[in-house]
Amino acid sequence: MSNLIVLPMVIPILIGIILIFLRPYIKIQRWVSVLSVIFSGGLGLYLLKQIQTNGILTLEFGEWKAPFGIVFVADSFSMLLVVTTSFVTLVCLLYAFATIGRALESMFFYSFVQFLIAGVNGSFLTGDLFNLFVCFEVMLVASYILVMIGGKKDQLRESIKYIAINVLSSWIFLVAIAYLYGTLGTLNMAHLAVRVSEVGQTPLLTTISILLLIVFSLKSGLLLYFWLPGSYSVPPTAVAALFGALLTKVGIYAMFRIFTLIFNHEPAITHTLIGVMAAVTLIIGSIGAIAYKDLRQIAAFNVVIAVGFIMVGLAVFSTVALEGSIYYLIHDMIVKALLFLLVGTMIALTGKNRLNQMSGLIRNYPVLGWLVFIVTLSLAGIPPFSGFLGKVLVGGAAVEKGNFVLLALAFISSLFVLYSLLRIFMNCFWGETILSIEDEPPLKKSWLIPSIILSVATFVLGVGAESIAVYVNDAAHTLMNPEIYIDAVLPDK
Amino acid sequence: MESVIIILAGILVMIATYLFLSRNLIRIILGSALLSHAVHLLLMAMGGLKKGGPPLLGEELKTYTDALPQALILTAIVINFAVTAIFLVLAYRTYQKTGTDNLNALRGFKDE
Repeated sequence: MSNLIVLPMVIPILIGIILIFLRPYIKIQRWVSVLSVIFSGGLGLYLLKQIQTNGILTLEFGEWKAPFGIVFVADSFSMLLVVTTSFVTLVCLLYAFATIGRALESMFFYSFVQFLIAGVNGSFLTGDLFNLFVCFEVMLVASYILVMIGGKKDQLRESIKYIAINVLSSWIFLVAIAYLYGTLGTLNMAHLAVRVSEVGQTPLLTTISILLLIVFSLKSGLLLYFWLPGSYSVPPTAVAALFGALLTKVGIYAMFRIFTLIFNHEPAITHTLIGVMAAVTLIIGSIGAIAYKDLRQIAAFNVVIAVGFIMVGLAVFSTVALEGSIYYLIHDMIVKALLFLLVGTMIALTGKNRLNQMSGLIRNYPVLGWLVFIVTLSLAGIPPFSGFLGKVLVGGAAVEKGNFVLLALAFISSLFVLYSLLRIFMNCFWGETILSIEDEPPLKKSWLIPSIILSVATFVLGVGAESIAVYVNDAAHTLMNPEIYIDAVLPDK
Repeated sequence: MESVIIILAGILVMIATYLFLSRNLIRIILGSALLSHAVHLLLMAMGGLKKGGPPLLGEELKTYTDALPQALILTAIVINFAVTAIFLVLAYRTYQKTGTDNLNALRGFKDE
């Protein structure tokens, strides 16, 4: 029964391996990879329902009891993220079918997407710190290949930076693991949580927690974001959308897990530090988003702002704030994919990548224009769309806890997001049409359909937020009460 | 014994940091290799360097050394090996395509 929770990681790995042998058969590769993603997503939904009735599901590999073997743990938070990951990947795959081109498709593109998904899902599900490291590496190695696939000059340069910074952050992760094993003698997350609460969070443990904070900040672009705009703007659009939607979110997930489950005893130090980092991230991201004229740079800095905003929820550290962050996390995965897809489509259509080189696109591409308008509203948090609820909840919790600086920065950054995206909309879609209708390349339906699906999703998520409220409440409740997680993993501690 | 190993790891990190900050691509890759050596030593030292037999049950000893850090290091070595291989191939490809291994020369291309 609970064997099912390993499938979101195992299915993509198996499918990825099978696709290696099906290299010449592009059609089969497409179908099989889509089916794999749909299956993981459907399984995620089913497990989400199971968790509501049966509590947290755990799987002990090889019947080894929890602290001694590796466990996979599925609570509402991780399953929500697995479902969202599958949905976003499905849409990005649909976009890749239309745009990626035969040359890349036959270079194992779909295999690497599957391995990326396996790493992401594994990171969401694992209950062991070293296993988290391994899942991170599975995800990262696949992402190295996806950044440089195609081998253009700027891709090569950016992948050097991307690999170097990730080698460094993986190294710090290993150092933190070594220190934790040296002090506490275990690597199972639930067992670590028990040990930390037994011995108390000594200054040494707080130092290690800050080391872990640095690692996950490097992965998620919280303050240490300098590698992000470059490496997210060079890969093909479908890949950039996958990265923007998934990779930073894994780091965010890991921070949520570590700082609610294990290191939650000294919030005056750790959570204040997270708050300061989130504040600076919001400021820097806002400056970056309005400073650049390159559309992809603007999109990348919007990723940075969103990371800052989600971490505000963790810094405020109350059930409502975490609920808001989870809503915003799910919303952001969907909308960032949409933003990258739209920006990539605009660049592909015009052949230019700067704001001031495009103008009057709405005359020829009205649907594309209104989709950009929708993503603008949704990212800024205008009510009918999904960004609203997360912002309201985080804001409300910040008021309750008296964190007015974070509150102000979070909401002012929304204005900057709105301004940076409206600037895209008004510069590129309004004004004089540069090219006549005959010169403009026709916009294929298959380029637009993925974006339309995501726009509908952000609308549905905004209007029907009630439908996932049960799961989000449960996820936030589990995060704020780590003993639920510990009891599920170590029933007889 | 642990302190000797820790100091050794520290020296390795020092050299690796110096190499990492240089402009030459190969030096950076060498730096990343040295970093991983340092962390493997650190993992070993953090597991405790107590005297004991190798963790083989056939030896039938009273005490064994801790087997877990050894498994962690083995995993980390393989992962690091793969990443270094990718990194080296990337450096070679970059050199082929751009004709330079100097990071300053890679900044900004004409056709961008």
